[in-house]
Amino acid sequence: MNELVFFINKVLVSGSVLGSVYALGAVGVTLIFGILRFAHFAHGDMMTMGAFVSFLLAAAFAAIGIQTPLPTGFIVLPFALPIAAALALSIDRGFYKPLRDRGVRPVTLLIASIGVTLMIQGLIRLFFGVSNRSFFENEAKEIFRIAVIGAKRSISFSEPQVLLIITTVVAVTALHLFLTRSRLGKGMRAMADNADLARVSGINTGEVVRATWIIAGSLACLAGTMLALDVSLKPDLAFNIVLPIFAAAIVGGLGHPYGAIAGGFLVGFAETLAVFNWSSVLRPFKDVLPDGWTLPSNLSLVPTDYKLTVAFVILVIVLLFRPTGIFKGAST
Amino acid sequence: MSTGDNRRDALLIAGLGVIIVGVWLWLGSASTIQLMVSAVSYALIALGLNVQWGYAGQFNFGVMGFLMLGGYAVVLTSFPVNEAFWSSDGPNLLGRAIVAALLGLALVLAAHRVDRIGIRGRAKVFVVVVAYALAYLGYRSQIDPATVLIESEAGFVGGFGLHPILGWLVGGILAGIVAYLVGKACLGLRTDYLAIATIGIAEIIRALLKNMDWLTRGTLTVSPLPWPVPTALETGIDDATLSLITARAGFLSLLVVLIAVIFVLLQRAYAAPWGRMMRAIRDNHIAAEAMGKDVKARQLEIFVLGAFLMGIGGAMLSTYVQLFDPGGYQPINHTFIVWVMVIVGGAGSNVGALFGGVLIIVAWNMSEPVSRLLFQQLDTLVQAIGWAGIPDVDARALQMRVFLLGVVITIALRYAPRGLIPERIRRHEDE
Repeated sequence: MNELVFFINKVLVSGSVLGSVYALGAVGVTLIFGILRFAHFAHGDMMTMGAFVSFLLAAAFAAIGIQTPLPTGFIVLPFALPIAAALALSIDRGFYKPLRDRGVRPVTLLIASIGVTLMIQGLIRLFFGVSNRSFFENEAKEIFRIAVIGAKRSISFSEPQVLLIITTVVAVTALHLFLTRSRLGKGMRAMADNADLARVSGINTGEVVRATWIIAGSLACLAGTMLALDVSLKPDLAFNIVLPIFAAAIVGGLGHPYGAIAGGFLVGFAETLAVFNWSSVLRPFKDVLPDGWTLPSNLSLVPTDYKLTVAFVILVIVLLFRPTGIFKGAST
Repeated sequence: MSTGDNRRDALLIAGLGVIIVGVWLWLGSASTIQLMVSAVSYALIALGLNVQWGYAGQFNFGVMGFLMLGGYAVVLTSFPVNEAFWSSDGPNLLGRAIVAALLGLALVLAAHRVDRIGIRGRAKVFVVVVAYALAYLGYRSQIDPATVLIESEAGFVGGFGLHPILGWLVGGILAGIVAYLVGKACLGLRTDYLAIATIGIAEIIRALLKNMDWLTRGTLTVSPLPWPVPTALETGIDDATLSLITARAGFLSLLVVLIAVIFVLLQRAYAAPWGRMMRAIRDNHIAAEAMGKDVKARQLEIFVLGAFLMGIGGAMLSTYVQLFDPGGYQPINHTFIVWVMVIVGGAGSNVGALFGGVLIIVAWNMSEPVSRLLFQQLDTLVQAIGWAGIPDVDARALQMRVFLLGVVITIALRYAPRGLIPERIRRHEDE
């Protein structure tokens, strides 16, 4: 049983946490790509920016003296999301829309998004310094432990991790309902499919673009805040995972929100499984091994240092062999 | 090419000259020469990217990877021979790992051809995947003991103790070989997909070089790398400042000569039928293909050429600082900044790439002291009003340069999308 608990802690829990963050980020990337046809490289920094917005709000809440059983960083989300959405809209207004209006190629927009990345990162470092910060300076991070009969270790996960998975499920369901039930959501899907046809059919494409930035901005803020709650807040929080997020979006097929969610979990689990040390799970079978076989102490697929590299390798392989995503044909 | 354009270009270059003279008056000779060494090396890297992006429209966002390969090539070529490694069992074990890798490669190549014996479709995919897995396991089984032994007994493989300039050439060749493999696989991808793929590949190269301690010493870093010209200690001049200036000036003049040669060759190539063909492929590859040009081969050729120049540039940078530190490479400092150089300078224009390279490096390095000065003034000002001072002013001022880079790229895209010294194609009617 010890081995099973170890497996659940190391793979199931951390894989779902990582997968949720990737999924939330990848949905934003994929929506922007579907509507505006460019790879929005600044998405990682929009996540970091969102996390810092929540951090400031949490500090304000703490200063007023609002205390709840839930982490303050989570409580402020209803206020942080609109702010992040407004920031995303103004970034589009200030940097992308003027270029779009001039009719530049998508490549130029990609370069512009790198400019935006650098500006956001420079400003965050300027105002907050480069040190690590924690949402849990004034409150305790609760850790749940579920004791398993017959095991010395217990299944353990922290409060932010539970909240992260719950909010991911809620956000994904809400997005699904929006895309399938609402007029705007249907318009969004139509525009992702064929922008010209959507325009002729009377869909207000400007409105769709704004909706895209609002959704992408709030999802980025959500993902960034939840990630910062789980680990810690630093200026390169999400810049480092922007490529795994792109990997997730590409695995699912750029432009397909459902694919992005699946891709996020796929990449997250692939990373945790690849560095998982299988010999600890195989230990109970030590006695049944044939004579002369010994179990090596480390039996992971790749060394732990290469955890993020797994995502890059998946990214490159999928791009080379299935550039339209692995679910090609399955999604509409 | 009209005289107005020429005058504008001359004015811009003169302006850059004035800025450099200003820097020289402020910082003194030794620091200015150091800045110019970095600027000239980056100008060469920008030329490499200009060849790829400006000549052929290739979206290479993996510049960092090629710079790292160049830097590592200097370690391998010119770092002194590590006797401890060669006298240990390391070469033998490493040889077996190489044999295992080659056998694995043969297995994979064979698996790709199983359709010849009638295995097709899903069965072939299965065979290929199994072949990859077997090859990987076989390689791992040989390389793991080798790395453990090398790291415990010898530290790392060491170099061959050859001349650094040979190291630069090896850097270019190594980057070129990797670019050939990358280009072979990726150049068929659409622009943004190519960008993402090359970023991914650069990150894989970085992860490998950072974690292969037996080959690169990883985060322990390798230093001191030898210089191709006498270093400050070797000049034999007693005066410390003078010897420093002499050594650095020697290094800088070597770089300037090399880059002048490369620049002239590139300009010739650009004006030649080869350059015209490349522009034709960039502007309309379908038409070029219809005219009988081998588009794929030409694109691969130019990707390799650009990476070759980047590899040399990366090798120069590590040689100058005498240090190879795989942890010190960042996408911002080594990929994005080169893109800013080419965009600001003018894609497709070699003069523009050189101009952009020097301008951006000067701006990047000077923004730190300038913003520190500004911030300190601001700090005294707010304290004079009676507010609390800005905490860690110096560390924050340093971050201004990332922001500045972002502002520069945004302004360039908005107001000078073709760059400051744009590409000007000579046509007969102009002459």
